Formats: sequence, C-alpha cells, structure tokens
Amino acid sequence: MWAFFHKLGSPRWFYGIAARLSPWCWALALALILVGSVWGLAFAPADYQQGNSFRIIYVHVPAAFLAQSIFLALAASGFVFMVWKIKIADMAAAMMAPLGAAMTAIALLSGSVWGKPTWGTWWQWDARLTSMLILLFLYLGVMLIRRAFARPQSGAKAASVLAMVGVINIPIIKYSVEWWNTLHQPASFTITERPAMPVEMWMPLLIMVLGFYAFFAAFTLTRTRTEILRREGHKRWVKELFEERP
Amino acid sequence: MMAFESLAELVSMGSHGPYVWTAWGATLGFLLLSVILVRGESRGVRRTLRRRLRRDAAVASSPSEDQDEG
Amino acid sequence: MRAKRRNKMLLVLGLVALCAVAVGLTLYALRSNINLFFSPVQIAAGEAPVDRQLRAGGMVKEGSVHRDSDSLDVSFVVTDYVDDVEVRYSGILPDLFREGQGVVVVGELTGDGYIAADKVLAKHDENYMPPEVAEALEDAGYSPADYKQAGPGTSQ
Repeated sequence: MWAFFHKLGSPRWFYGIAARLSPWCWALALALILVGSVWGLAFAPADYQQGNSFRIIYVHVPAAFLAQSIFLALAASGFVFMVWKIKIADMAAAMMAPLGAAMTAIALLSGSVWGKPTWGTWWQWDARLTSMLILLFLYLGVMLIRRAFARPQSGAKAASVLAMVGVINIPIIKYSVEWWNTLHQPASFTITERPAMPVEMWMPLLIMVLGFYAFFAAFTLTRTRTEILRREGHKRWVKELFEERP
Repeated sequence: MMAFESLAELVSMGSHGPYVWTAWGATLGFLLLSVILVRGESRGVRRTLRRRLRRDAAVASSPSEDQDEG
Repeated sequence: MRAKRRNKMLLVLGLVALCAVAVGLTLYALRSNINLFFSPVQIAAGEAPVDRQLRAGGMVKEGSVHRDSDSLDVSFVVTDYVDDVEVRYSGILPDLFREGQGVVVVGELTGDGYIAADKVLAKHDENYMPPEVAEALEDAGYSPADYKQAGPGTSQ
C-alpha cells in the first residue's frame, strides 16, 4: 500500500499509467455525456410545474457537483503535497483548478438562467448562491496565487495552503440550504438518499453526473501528463522515451 | 418515447427555449472547447520538447559529424 | 526584469482585490443575518423592521389569492402554518406562483401590518415529476409535495 502510494507519486510511473487510462476516460465521458444529453433534452419528461426549463438540471447539477468535488480534490492534493512532498499531487492540482473554476461558473450561469423562469429572478443574495460565488473567487485566488511568486515551489505551497483553508466553504455550500432559509431549494439528488424524482428523470441525471466525472478524470490525466513533460522535460527518462518513440 | 411531438417543439421547449439552450449551449460548448485546448496544449509541449531534444542531440553530435565529413 | 516585477505586483494586487471582493460579498450576505427572508412567525413577533425593505417567505395560503379584475393588483396571505401575513402586490406574478407553493416577497412592512411588495419570487421544493405522476398522486389523495414520502410505488 505504502509502496504503491510512492510509486504513484513518481512522475515516470504516473506518465505511463495515465497514458493507458486516459483514452478510456475520454471515451467513457463522450459516451455518457452524449447519451445523457439526448436523453435529458429530448426523452426525459417535463416537470409538472416548471415544464421544460427543468431540463437545465441535467447540466446544472453535474457542473455544481464537479465544482465542489474538484475543490475537495485541490485541498486533498495540497495536503498530500505539503506533507509528503509528492510533486504529482501538485501538478494534478495545478492542472485541474481551471476546470473547477469553469464548472463553478457554469453552475452559476445555468442556475441563473434557470432561476429567471422559475423563481422570477436571475440572482438573489441567498446563502447557496453567495457561497457558490465565493467558491468561484476561491478558485481564481488559488490559480493566481500560484503565479504570484518568483519561485514555482513557493507558489505551489501558497496554492496548497489556500486550497486547504478555502475548503471550509464546501460544507457551507452543501448545508446552506438546510442551515438558513434560502430561495434555493434543498438537494434533489444526493448519493445518500433516494432522489426526489422518478427514475425516468433521475437516470439521465445520473448518467450526466458520471459523464462529468469521467470528463474530469480524463481532463486531469491528460493535462497532468503534459505538465510532467513541461516540468521534467530535462530528465533522462523523458529523453529516452522520446528517442524510442519520436 | 420522445417528450416532444416535433423538432420545432424541441427547439422552442414550450417557451423556455432561450433559457434551456443558453444553459446547455454554454456547458457543452465549454466541454468541447476545453477538449480542443487540452489537445493543443499537449501538442505544443511535445513539439517544443522534441525540438529541444533534437537541438541538444545536434549540438552533442556536431563534432563527430565534422569528423565524418573530414 | 522590471516587466517581471510589474507582472508580479499586478498579480498580488489582483489577489488582494479578489480577497477583498470575497470578504465583501461574505459581509454583504451576512449584513443582518444569513437568512434570506423573515417568516410570518418572525414578523408577528415584531422581529422584522417596519417601513424598510425586507424579504418575507412562506407558503401562499390556499384560497387566499384575490386578483383585482381591472388591474394587476393582487393580494394573498403568506403563511408558515403558525402565523400569517398579508401581501399586496401589483404586477406580473412568476409562472410558478400558485396557492400552496413557496414564495419570497420583497417589499416593505407597512404600519397596517401588511407587506407592500415590489417583487414576488416563486420558491419551489426539491421534488420533480412528470405531469402524469403529479396527477396520479393527487388522484391517490397525496399532494405532489409528499412524493418522497409516498414511496416508489407511486412512480410510473
């Protein structure tokens, strides 16, 4: 187990394993998102109150899930990097942060265009919406602070610390709809409870959520490989690799 | 079983079309764009690395090339 | 070298600005408390400010909606099943505004005890279902809001 952990931390080993895994993740993401999109847009039934604006759920919820999960991953990577000095963790964190920021923006945007026809407003300063906006600023902060230092090592440390501190916002987002009264309704779709909708509505949602996670995995694996080449391009094993397969 | 009778109904989404298609368009558009950017990034890094390795190899072997010629 | 330093300074300034915005937003959200609206109980207890903009939320009481036939004036009662508060509004209501549904109104609590609303927002619950399922539930004597309790047997 411990040996595996350290092996995983070796860029050379990770480069190889990611090469084998990433095509599968890309294919899985494409298939799931394609099926989920067609199902969600054209085949899932409309909601009895909201009509077809309900279909926004199929992009809003997966994006919001990823937005929060990627920040948790940033904090976890930051922790692994700070404690064990495993460089791969930091490379992966640097590579996945922009996707998390984009997903947060998409969750906010899709929520806004969903709010207009259902609630009657684009935006309200309620606890869920505000904490999600704060998440976007945290992502931007983590991405910027990394580049604010002359030494990349210092930037990496600062980004890790900010991610570990900022992760406090994640439970606030999750429980905001329970702790305070908000315009946003409680969760309809969680891992622990039966969804608050029938199977013909949640099945495409589940497919989209899984598709988004597959996309996240594929995105991170591919970009981390690129980052390994960028940072370790001078290493012997990289040279040998490129001599074998130019 | 389709939830819509015709393509026009699917597009109009019962008057919610602009909202639904904005959200979906932005999301799927971003996913597509990010795939293109990730591929471009990977290719760019590989290209510069390959060029550098070739240059390094040329520098390292240039004296021997001179000998071959001479 | 100088350009590098300037970039670094811009980055740090950007970071500070971002942090300031984040903190500012937090404080803005927290300005009185984090709750978005007052419930009728709180209003009845006098916790809500009078003659100042506030938000109130609850359920639209069944049978309480009165529409004026010549204008867009509408009045209804917002309840949390303990206390009630009357709301008067003039304007177009959101599509999801219905009796028995959640609502958040933005307006002023007048001295006469009703809320003069500038804006009415519809709240909805976390349950989604196709129209046929909602009908079947109502035929079976459930309210669609009971869907989660009603169990999987009722879904088609």
